[in-house]
Amino acid sequence: MATSSERTSPPPFPDSEDQDLAECEEEDEEEEEEDDEEEEEEERGGEGGEDEDSDLFLSAVRCVLYSRTNGVHGAAEEGDIFAEATVELSLDSPRTDRKKNAATAPKPSTSAPTLSSAADLSKTHSASLEELEEEEQEDNFDVNISVTNPEKMGDGMNAYMAYKVSTQTTLAMFRSKTFTVRRRFSDFLGLYEKLTDKHAPAGFIVPPPPEKSILGMTKVKVGKEDSSSAEFVERRRAALERYLQRVVCHPSLLQDPDVREFLEREELPRAVSTQALSGAGFLKMLNKATDAVSKMTIKMNESDVWFEEKLQEVEAADQQFRKLHSLVESLVVHRKELSVNTASFSKSVAMLGSSEDNTALSRALSQLAEVEDKMEQLHQEQASCDSFCFAELIADYIRLLGSVRGSFDHRMKAWQRWQDAQTMLQKKRESEAKLLWANKPDKLQQAKDEITEWEGKVTQYEGDFDKVSATVRKEVLRFEKEKVKNFKRQIIKYLEAQLQAQQQLIKYWDAFLPEAKAIA
Amino acid sequence: MEEDKTGTSSTLSVSATSIKVTEVSKDGDALTFIIVSQKLSGTGEYHVDRTYEDFEWLQQHLFSLEDVPGIQGIIFPPLPAKAQLNPSAKLVKQLGLLATGENWMLYCKALEAYLQQVAAHNTLNKTKDLETFLTSAEPPGRQKVKKGIFNRLSQAVEGIRKEGHKDVDEFFKTERDHNFTLTGFSKTAAERFLEVVLTEQKIAMACGHFAASLQLCVEAGEDPDMQTFSKMCVKISEVMVSMKSNVQKVAENNVSTLGLGLDLESRYQEAEKEMLFRRTCKLVELETASRNAERAKPVKKAAMDEIKRAAEKDFDHTSGVAKQEIARFQRARVDVLRQALIQWCEQQLLTAKDSAELYKQHLQAFRGPASSDPSS
Repeated sequence: MATSSERTSPPPFPDSEDQDLAECEEEDEEEEEEDDEEEEEEERGGEGGEDEDSDLFLSAVRCVLYSRTNGVHGAAEEGDIFAEATVELSLDSPRTDRKKNAATAPKPSTSAPTLSSAADLSKTHSASLEELEEEEQEDNFDVNISVTNPEKMGDGMNAYMAYKVSTQTTLAMFRSKTFTVRRRFSDFLGLYEKLTDKHAPAGFIVPPPPEKSILGMTKVKVGKEDSSSAEFVERRRAALERYLQRVVCHPSLLQDPDVREFLEREELPRAVSTQALSGAGFLKMLNKATDAVSKMTIKMNESDVWFEEKLQEVEAADQQFRKLHSLVESLVVHRKELSVNTASFSKSVAMLGSSEDNTALSRALSQLAEVEDKMEQLHQEQASCDSFCFAELIADYIRLLGSVRGSFDHRMKAWQRWQDAQTMLQKKRESEAKLLWANKPDKLQQAKDEITEWEGKVTQYEGDFDKVSATVRKEVLRFEKEKVKNFKRQIIKYLEAQLQAQQQLIKYWDAFLPEAKAIA
Repeated sequence: MEEDKTGTSSTLSVSATSIKVTEVSKDGDALTFIIVSQKLSGTGEYHVDRTYEDFEWLQQHLFSLEDVPGIQGIIFPPLPAKAQLNPSAKLVKQLGLLATGENWMLYCKALEAYLQQVAAHNTLNKTKDLETFLTSAEPPGRQKVKKGIFNRLSQAVEGIRKEGHKDVDEFFKTERDHNFTLTGFSKTAAERFLEVVLTEQKIAMACGHFAASLQLCVEAGEDPDMQTFSKMCVKISEVMVSMKSNVQKVAENNVSTLGLGLDLESRYQEAEKEMLFRRTCKLVELETASRNAERAKPVKKAAMDEIKRAAEKDFDHTSGVAKQEIARFQRARVDVLRQALIQWCEQQLLTAKDSAELYKQHLQAFRGPASSDPSS
């Protein structure tokens, strides 16, 4: 970031960004890649025409990739997506350098632990792909967002948190390559509202921001300087960052001028109508949507069973994710407990050590107290890792699933509109018939005009419905691919953190053993 | 060696260090322990089964050994509280660390330690009762033995008063203060360690629940993206299962080494405390007898003097034995803690290495076979 950062350490991209970060880059490349896989071809075949933006890009890259991936994939014929992982990651050329820099810079301690995948990426990299990537750079969706520096503005109950939103991009549509603005939470909600109003009816899955939290914010406003409010702010900051990343990674949403304005404009007019997006309001909105959907499902003649099945899957997934979320939260609670208990134990050992007569034993016990202190720190980190790697991920998906159901709802609405138009057309035809029979020629012309009008509408709405259906379908596929990538990224992050923790433990134990043996 | 009726001068025919409590079997609510010990002559081993009542019998007999001058100066190896199959909450609290662990194995280890300590004690191991306990096929008599003078500290109200009684000897004054501090600290340390272990067990369970729930995310169906996601959920579930077993192993290591050590230390400090209290009581007796002797009228003087002399002799013997016991105890406890710490460290080190290896494998599985692992 060109602008100076108020953070103590200047990594360009904090870790939590990585998940969507790389997705952004890879997203289009992946889409081509998976095109090469036989499984995907049927799905994508019908939608070739829809990829307006990326078509040129697609065809340019496809032929080169085809030979590469086939070669690398020798062993992975069975279609295990995990085997493809290396090829995906290795496409990340320009990013690896930046990530490498990010990895070597010291990180703020509260977010998820250091990713070593940066180093990994640079190793698995291959020369020919690098060239390819540089060629395509201009066409890449190259936007990196970071949300940092939560700062309390104002005081009392009118206080609010302002976040620094920094963008780094190579896209021509932005005014410069890097820029920063300050935004408050309601600004994010306002953006969501605008995007939903504009794009959701077309069947797009608009990523949702984190919910309002009365309790969380009140604590902050009141000025409670404890770890739980600090954690709340950190969670929110990270969630806002992921939210923006998802928005800019969406090829269609990125084109929306509101997004650009949000990222670039110095002062944003206050979004006032975000009341509806408070926790309860948001939920009400989603519930209304799902109610409408369920009412309509009974009536809708689903010609494409794909949608019916998908909706069921989405609903099942929602249940499962909620369950998973509560389980992870309970795991986090226990880990925090362990941290506290370890600290407590450490103190009692220290006391024992200081009362001990035998010098070697006394020293060993003091060392033990120190080891336990370090373990307390490790447990704390593990707790936040569980939290950030899993709990937040799952919470994001629960929200996203809400948007997915919303898109199905909009498709239903489009269908309903078409049906209603057909009904109206029928009525108009009937009245024309009646008029013919009643022999009222003056009203007849009007009736004919209306019929023409409604015939046009029926055609239009049918076309709309088809278009929305296609969009929904494409969006859902994209969503599912993202889901796989997201989860995979997180579990790798998680495992790396766990591995690192174990290696730390090994160091501590190795250091302690001679102390224990020295007791005489 | 004379063999007299009280059997205080026989030698133990088994090796102290070979005594093992190998199994525990359940009979209703009661537990029966199998004790194995190796004959010193090298010709075989003894297998006996004993209940907790048998252990109590032994302990009581040790308390009431006759012809052992200064017996009250002995720090008696502490016997853990009675274990039951479905322990009450109160009992669980009392047992502390010994109630954790699988199948009472930890409790068996504590009983084993008790027996080994008795067998290694040069005075206590001479009793025939120990021999009977360890070698006789028949369970030792389970009649109620006369409760000796070794009632628990907390019983008498006067205990509180006497406990603080000023000492005449610098060595013992220091020792009493030191013991007081250590008793408190070691008990706290054991309790807090127990909290750590219990939390670890909770974490293991939470990991297990999470793993099970992930399995439920597996969808049937032919959609390749769903299949990919399902496969991934299965893999993540496997990771959580690994985590669970890691945490379980850590907890297990904790209790079986350091936990046991801290528990023993705590109980042994209590045992020393009781011994010191007994000696203090003797001191009080002596001082009372001295005062009586001084104030006695000529008629009673001789008798009072005699009482005083006896009390003095008893006190001196007790103090003498106590000093030896304390020295022995100091060496033994350092040894116990040393062993506990070394074993603990070694086991945790091993577990950490195993877990690291397992996580590396999981990482490989996720990243794909073509990637090299940078984090080794």
